[in-house]
Amino acid sequence: MKLSEIAKVLNAKVVCGHDRLDEEQDKAFASDLMSDILTLGDNFPMIVTGLCTMQTIRTCEMGNLDIVVFVRKKKPTEEMIELAEDEGMVLMECDYSMFKACGLLWEAGLKPIY
Amino acid sequence: MHLEYTVIEGDFVNAGSASSSIKKTLKQLNVNPSIVKRVVVALYEAEVNAIAHAYGGVVTADIDAGKILVRVIDKGPGIPDIDWAMQEGNSTASPEVRNMGFGAGMGLPNIKKNVDRLNVQSTVGVGTTVEMEVNLS
Repeated sequence: MKLSEIAKVLNAKVVCGHDRLDEEQDKAFASDLMSDILTLGDNFPMIVTGLCTMQTIRTCEMGNLDIVVFVRKKKPTEEMIELAEDEGMVLMECDYSMFKACGLLWEAGLKPIY
Repeated sequence: MHLEYTVIEGDFVNAGSASSSIKKTLKQLNVNPSIVKRVVVALYEAEVNAIAHAYGGVVTADIDAGKILVRVIDKGPGIPDIDWAMQEGNSTASPEVRNMGFGAGMGLPNIKKNVDRLNVQSTVGVGTTVEMEVNLS
């Protein structure tokens, strides 16, 4: 599924990484726990999270996870966006709850890691 | 190659900057991306531990053709029971650390899964040294 379609499904605002919206992503992983995100090994899903701190960006940087959707109306700070841009990430803001966002993504065909 | 970084207690904004720098170095050295990821995931967990649980410390990395040896040396308070700390789910993290998305008791077990050799030495009142070695080929 194209990232532009994902943004549409989630009614999400793309904060950075606009040049990557034609890329495809077929898997997602949702968690607010960064240590969980660090257990994904050689999988590189889109991350759906309600944790909106510098550590979210750092964690994704360490895990080579470069597509992040913030749910529950969380807004990344300028500092977070700057680091994400340096790392070439796509960040999106979504007003929906984690449950609703994941439900819509599942319905749209995104697959889980496990 | 020897690299060294200072880690400051409670500096959550910069938590991960040593890991990030070492990641860039390993990429420049054309290390296999899967191996880079294992190194930086383990190091990042250890770096967050030093910031969250300890009074800061030092991160060192020694890289040669065959391996990387990373040490995270903190200034205390030390771990009274390392076997307990190594078990998944055991944690003494503060609410602040949990709010950052850590503190679920997964750090040390996650480090162990990602490295080829792990050695944790700790003295209560003195500090903890986490030594992690990963083969680069």
